[in-house]
Amino acid sequence: MTTYNDFVIRFANVNGSGSASANGMFAKALFRMGVPIATRNIFPSNIEGLPTWFEVRVSEDRHHGRREGVDLMVAMNAETYAEDVASVVPGGFLLYDNSKGLDRRLFRPDITEIGIPIAKLLLPEFADPKQRKLFKNIVYLGALSALINIDFEVITGMVSTQYRGKDELIAPNIHALEIGRGYAREYLDCPLPIQLRRTSALGDSIMIDGNAAAALGAIYGGATICAWYPITPSTSMAEAFEKHAGQLRTETETGQRKFAVLQAEDELSAIGIVIGAGWNGARAFTATSGPGLSLMSEFLGLAYFAEIPAVLFDIQRAGPSTGMPTRTQQGDVLLAAYASHGDTKHPLMFPSSPKECFDFAADAMDLADRLQTPVIVLSDLEVGMNDNLSEPLTWDDSRRYDRGKVLSREDLDAIEEFGRYVDVDGDGIGYRTLPGTHPTKGAFFTRGTSRDAYARYTEAPEAYTENMDRLLVKWRTAASLVPAPEISGHGHRAGIVFYGSTAMPMGEAMQRLADEGVQLDAMRIRGFPFSQEVTEFLHRHEFVFLVEQNRDAQMKTLLVNETGVDAAKIVPVLYYGGMSISADTIQASVLDHYEKMRLPRLWAVGRGTRGGTPRMQTAIGRGSPGGDSVA
Amino acid sequence: MTFVAKPRVHHPLLPTNEIGLTRRDYEGLVSTLCAGCGHDSVSAAIVQACAELAIPPHQFAKVSGIGCSSKTPSYFLGNSHGFNSVHGRMPSVATGANLANRELYCIGVSGDGDSASIGIGQFAHIVRRRINMLYIVDNNGTYGLTKGQFSATNDKGSTSKKGVPNLYEPIDLVSMALQIGASFVARSFSGDKAQLVPLIKAGLLHRGFAFIDVISPCVAFNNHNGSTKSYDYLRTHAASVVTADFIAAGEEITADYAPGEAETVRMPDGSRLRLRKLDGSYDPHNRAHALEHVLEAQQEGEVVTGLLYVDPDASDCHEILDTVETPLNALGEAELCPGSEALDRINASFR
Ligand SMILES: Cc1ncc(C[n+]2csc(CCOP(=O)(O)OP(=O)(O)O)c2C)c(N)n1
Ligand code: SF4
Ligand SMILES: [Mg+2]
Repeated sequence: MTTYNDFVIRFANVNGSGSASANGMFAKALFRMGVPIATRNIFPSNIEGLPTWFEVRVSEDRHHGRREGVDLMVAMNAETYAEDVASVVPGGFLLYDNSKGLDRRLFRPDITEIGIPIAKLLLPEFADPKQRKLFKNIVYLGALSALINIDFEVITGMVSTQYRGKDELIAPNIHALEIGRGYAREYLDCPLPIQLRRTSALGDSIMIDGNAAAALGAIYGGATICAWYPITPSTSMAEAFEKHAGQLRTETETGQRKFAVLQAEDELSAIGIVIGAGWNGARAFTATSGPGLSLMSEFLGLAYFAEIPAVLFDIQRAGPSTGMPTRTQQGDVLLAAYASHGDTKHPLMFPSSPKECFDFAADAMDLADRLQTPVIVLSDLEVGMNDNLSEPLTWDDSRRYDRGKVLSREDLDAIEEFGRYVDVDGDGIGYRTLPGTHPTKGAFFTRGTSRDAYARYTEAPEAYTENMDRLLVKWRTAASLVPAPEISGHGHRAGIVFYGSTAMPMGEAMQRLADEGVQLDAMRIRGFPFSQEVTEFLHRHEFVFLVEQNRDAQMKTLLVNETGVDAAKIVPVLYYGGMSISADTIQASVLDHYEKMRLPRLWAVGRGTRGGTPRMQTAIGRGSPGGDSVA
Repeated sequence: MTFVAKPRVHHPLLPTNEIGLTRRDYEGLVSTLCAGCGHDSVSAAIVQACAELAIPPHQFAKVSGIGCSSKTPSYFLGNSHGFNSVHGRMPSVATGANLANRELYCIGVSGDGDSASIGIGQFAHIVRRRINMLYIVDNNGTYGLTKGQFSATNDKGSTSKKGVPNLYEPIDLVSMALQIGASFVARSFSGDKAQLVPLIKAGLLHRGFAFIDVISPCVAFNNHNGSTKSYDYLRTHAASVVTADFIAAGEEITADYAPGEAETVRMPDGSRLRLRKLDGSYDPHNRAHALEHVLEAQQEGEVVTGLLYVDPDASDCHEILDTVETPLNALGEAELCPGSEALDRINASFR
């Protein structure tokens, strides 16, 4: 049986071997054919010589989270060959270079081997060994075009655009493609039963990584200063900001730039620069990951107390620095929420897609100015560094930046009294002034908390507590301004809660669970502090699953601490191995809980059941099968 | 603060500067430092320098780290914004502030603990970045605010108030600044207003990074026999090279090479300090020579004061980054947001 546009292909390579560009071309070719895909780089913290994998999930149903098992493995790394063979699903396919012959001990009767003598084919064609090594990747790309029906013109067209200006590289690349394609057509059963076909499903979608989208969002949101220190997986955000701002914010006549990018000496400096700029009225941000966030903690506390706008993107990864810095995780939730000493807490945003990275980046600039406090966007490697399908980025030209409560020279002339930390409007947010605004009015001395509402030095206990209490009023204001949760489904007994990149496999997981008779209301948390809706969702349900990618259920801790919800109500569904969480993991954990707790579920009625026959209920459902509020 | 509650009553006889302001207009709050603290003299010198330059007081941005020294921005230029930030991290805050608004005069005040220990990394890197600012270290060789621990600028062998000797090598911020490429490097003594005020003026008008290490005795913890940053020690060991003869902006800051007479300066605590004669042969335009001079004097157990190095044609960070003339914080949507049409083109580039 032939299936179309529904498989997982994984390329096992050695890093530094030139596979990245061939694999990138593969993904782009599928995208150009209108085939919905999600890509994942699984790479080591290393520059050359270690194993690296590139996975593409092809799914016309637009299931873009990770799914366990590989349908088609392109095994180009001898070192990982055994585990690569093992990861193929029964009935799957294994493409490999059989120039040297395969270790027969690894033979699997339940999968189809596709041997191509790639090295042998290249030997007579290219004299330069370096070229032969590079073109191995191009040969398998050519073979795949025949095996799974990639439009050949699309690939050759991409080679031509990719090497525009280096024209002498075009012909040999196309030749290498043809070698692979020719061999496959002549000697192999083409095409395989898992195939591609063109669709118009993608409409005007784009393929972009979250970091590039966030960088563009920062540009659109008016950020003028980016201070950063290199750390995977955040580096590409700063680099994308510099690249795009260079194109979009350079004056044509003078060549002068309406932005500044500084690679600081460390993360302490990076956040210090952002805070100095925010104090002086420019929109500034930094991008970092866990270790950097740890270093920034002291400054974040100061900015919280001194009430200075700052925007920080934490592209999370597995900790620590000698942990798995190139693997994804959601392990910085608690650190980000409460970073620093004293009573501090910071508004957080949790983007789930590149589009949201763009939107939240721009919104974070407004939010930081409005709330006069650091705002942290918690992205991660999964959404940040992988090319993903996304709706096109959009911008409303009538949108105006919300610069928050900043008094101008005229404002200062018009008022009788200025107190930097006086809660004039009752929302906990005072009015600020910028250096240089007025010759005689509105200047104040910024320090932590040893001051009164008029920014005068004092260590009086009343002044301190009054200030801390006002900051809580501001915190409540923040709850109404951060992105609201996205809630779907209604009236089910149980719910499922998730955030950030964990949303990616969620649609698929929920569909599979529904097929298994488990119907859940869903809530995607998008911001912290939690709004009333978040609290109500938790209270409304008998129990909720909380899916996240860390060991300690950090979001659970945060929810219990901040909303007072009964901890026993929250059932953690956790994955923290460094790959992104898969639909399979979520499905299995939820079902496991239903079984262990002998919870009733619906019969799967009328829906296509992936797992064959519907599973038996472990307890008898109350109410009628097919009813809405049973499970 | 209530505007009406703080009228400035000027003494009718107080002299005014070119923009009609008196010294009082450049002062800040009353200092809460120990009576006789060298840091207060530095603040006073800043007040005098700014008043003499006739720069509107609100055109300054004051930044500092943490320490007695870092408290001082409260005590000068009361009409400008100040930021008492984080221990050792003033350079980064100054960098951000300067990037945001290149038009303000930026004064950073730090301590020797703040700059030579916890903040030595930031100190080194702000020098490299050439942020256009005046960076002053009130150097008392001790941690004043935490009550008298040794700092990294303390000479090996000098003793703390309790008589404990310092066992470690000292860091000289002046040599460091020279080495990393600061375009204005000076050392002075808090008590030597005649030397310090012109240096501050020159440093403020210098385009690029100006650094002044001001030896500023701590009367509470580092003014005893055995300390090399005490008044008594400096009275006998300070050697002055060049008095920065201040000339208005645009013109080169020249050095008065004429061999001067011995100079007696009145100290804030009433004592008098006698500085060495100027060395007429000193050329402040030669970085290598400056470094050599500092090191040689150090070997002789002397502290060289004065303008050690200046590059009048220096560039600053904004020039390096090629930013627009308009301060970045003054740009609005029209200048910053590329708009939806550009976004359509960007979307197309991701297909
Ligand atoms: C991170 C951090 N560590 C330690 C301190 C405590 N601390 C406050 S001031 C200071 C030393 C200040 O010495 P210096 O910079 O020389 O200033 P001085 O008081 O001598 O003028 C220290 C260690 C702090 N505020 N922050
Ligand atoms: S402790 Fe020393 S440095 Fe601090 S105020 Fe007193 S004299 Fe000055
Ligand atoms: Mg000190």
